[in-house]
Amino acid sequence: MDFLQILSNTTSSILSPATIAYALAAVGLAVNFGYAGLLNMGVAASMAIGAYGYAISALTFGFPWWAGMFVGVGASIIFALLLGIPTLRLRGDYLAIVTIAAAEVVRLLFLTNTFDAITGSADGLSGYHDSFRASNPIPDGTYGIGPFTYNATGWWVRIFGLVILALAVLIVFTIMRSPWGRVVKGIREDEDAVRALGKNVYAYKMQALVIGGVFGALGGIVYALPSSVNPGVYVTSLTFFIYTALLLGGAATVFGPVLGAVLFWVVQTFLSNVLPALVTSGILPFMSTTQAQTLRFILVGVALMLLVIFKPQGLLGNKKELTFVKQ
Amino acid sequence: MTTTRIRRARWTKRSGVLALATLTATLALTLLAGPAAADDINLDKYDFKVVGNVKLNSVPLEDIEIKVDGGGYSAEVKTDAEGRWAIGVPEKGDYTVTLNEDTLPTDIAVVDEADDSPNVKEVSIGPSGSAVMNFFIGRGERNQTSFFDQLVERTVNGLNFGLMLGLAAIGLSLVYGTTSISNFAHGEMVTFGALATLVMSGGLGVPIWGAIPIAILLSMAFGYVLDAGLWRPLRKRGVGVVQLMIVSIGLSLALRYIFQFFIGGGTAQLPGADSPKIKLFGSVSLSVVDMTSMGISVVVILAVAWWLVRTRIGKATRAVADNPSLAAASGIDVDFVVRVVWIVAAGLAGLSGILWAYFRPGIRWDMGAQILLLIFAAVTLGGLGTAFGALVGSIVIGLLVELSTLWISSDLKYVGALGVLVLVLLLRPQGLLGRKERVG
Repeated sequence: MDFLQILSNTTSSILSPATIAYALAAVGLAVNFGYAGLLNMGVAASMAIGAYGYAISALTFGFPWWAGMFVGVGASIIFALLLGIPTLRLRGDYLAIVTIAAAEVVRLLFLTNTFDAITGSADGLSGYHDSFRASNPIPDGTYGIGPFTYNATGWWVRIFGLVILALAVLIVFTIMRSPWGRVVKGIREDEDAVRALGKNVYAYKMQALVIGGVFGALGGIVYALPSSVNPGVYVTSLTFFIYTALLLGGAATVFGPVLGAVLFWVVQTFLSNVLPALVTSGILPFMSTTQAQTLRFILVGVALMLLVIFKPQGLLGNKKELTFVKQ
Repeated sequence: MTTTRIRRARWTKRSGVLALATLTATLALTLLAGPAAADDINLDKYDFKVVGNVKLNSVPLEDIEIKVDGGGYSAEVKTDAEGRWAIGVPEKGDYTVTLNEDTLPTDIAVVDEADDSPNVKEVSIGPSGSAVMNFFIGRGERNQTSFFDQLVERTVNGLNFGLMLGLAAIGLSLVYGTTSISNFAHGEMVTFGALATLVMSGGLGVPIWGAIPIAILLSMAFGYVLDAGLWRPLRKRGVGVVQLMIVSIGLSLALRYIFQFFIGGGTAQLPGADSPKIKLFGSVSLSVVDMTSMGISVVVILAVAWWLVRTRIGKATRAVADNPSLAAASGIDVDFVVRVVWIVAAGLAGLSGILWAYFRPGIRWDMGAQILLLIFAAVTLGGLGTAFGALVGSIVIGLLVELSTLWISSDLKYVGALGVLVLVLLLRPQGLLGRKERVG
């Protein structure tokens, strides 16, 4: 077993585009679920719409990268509005079922052969990087120390993702301290009380849903930046994984989602490296390396259950601020 | 000097790699731009393939649509200028190859004296990992199914699918009614039934007529274990509804990957899945398994209905679903009722899983998760928490899924059903048979 390699891979995952993407999506979900108390199960769809919006505008319409990102984000705003109009008046669990169904509809529409010419159906999309990479200000070469050594493109993707993530965190930090944030948190605690104060609860919820959707779309774009858009990624499990990351860090916190996403990927990368290594070196008998890879997803499920039951406020959260309290 | 040279050498290598990458990207783009001319699909994705060519008197025919179905997988290609096509398939097994006769030039058809539907052929992947299916075209009568026959066939299939969904949906609805858990792990209870049958018949060699009842009993035991080991302790802790829902999501993930851990990512078949089809009328034919499956569904659903309406415990269940506190105050043992509901729901879900394994056909680790949202759609359509609403909703969803393939591509058939779910919540959030107060 090569411990150094495993450690290096694990450390490297802190800065991977996937981690940044999860963190962005989790920050968006924190606005929806943690602050506004909306059980949005359509995170995967927001991410898919962001990624496909970006890739399709580059491939089909030849847009430059920044315009493609606007298209992706714009499409996710429209999706959030379409989703919000019928569902935001519904109770929490109804909202969850409808958003998860809508997310599945979006995925199936990207997956079907009917629109193969545009969406690439089951093969997904690739080869849309030229514009983004051409605007890379970093000169060619390999930079970094130890596990954090990437080439110019690798750094450009990561720096871009980190800047977006920092902006997202800053925005959430600011708006949750503003009067708007207090109203939204009030809606989570007692919707009727806020309504009695003369606030338009529906509009506030819609705004929260849109903000969450925008961050989700940006997460999807960052996820698609290094390689390709693959419809197999945007399944309901992705939504559940992002919930796990969010709940791990703390749902109603600003930095919790980021911490949760980092921990989620560090543990995932560590297990995906260490479990097969343990199998090949004979420490874990009765198991193949494929089974060892499956084992880590079993652990995600178990971790999600234990978190919700025993530490619902997450690592950084406050027990007083819980979507779960009001029933 | 030396260092500069080395660096320069590296640079050249890098730009070479870049050039290659650009070339590949351009190539990929070109391929993406013209998918209409594609003559192969999914070859890089899967290890196995079905290949062939289409010729008219040894002249190749271009742009003929070929479709391959089997084991829940389906793909379509068009032949290239040499009449060739190839489709990658996920598993070693039997596949149906269909040539769409509408894409043939006029007045010609697939000819085969010995077969009355010559454009539809069965192939099975041999040890080489591929199968060959060549179509020979000549002048002749086309084998076309009339729209009416298709409609009847789809309706029968839809009813079968709907009844099967109904079994699972009634259980989900009863659980929701009595415990207000939106149980996302219900799909895994469906998979459990099918897997238990597979283990009994395939693993332990029990004949299938014995394996199915044992599997249902095991499913009921599974329901008991889940309630005793997880849900009841959580109820005692006073865990909230949203928390319970997320716990069920975690449970669903864990169970799903535990199934994959043991059976892997492939598809397994139950004995009798390939039973012959019996011609009823026109082009409508049903297999013995299909008919038995519908019969079992109807009988079980009637039994559950009788149980809910006529027996003491059934009445108690409906009372708890209506108002748990009032039921408890009138002397009903709510915990006992909930325990029974979990056992019944798990048994029904298990049975539905066995029937779903024959309907798909095939058993996969995530088969339950595939229909979970359809079950939710059925329950919501009927009205959350109402058992009979769930049944009505299921049949509507089943028919909708199957009938929609008459007009839209079959890989979009779930979209219509899920769209209905969104529409119902927009227009009549309490569902068809629900009462308004359930929506908050």
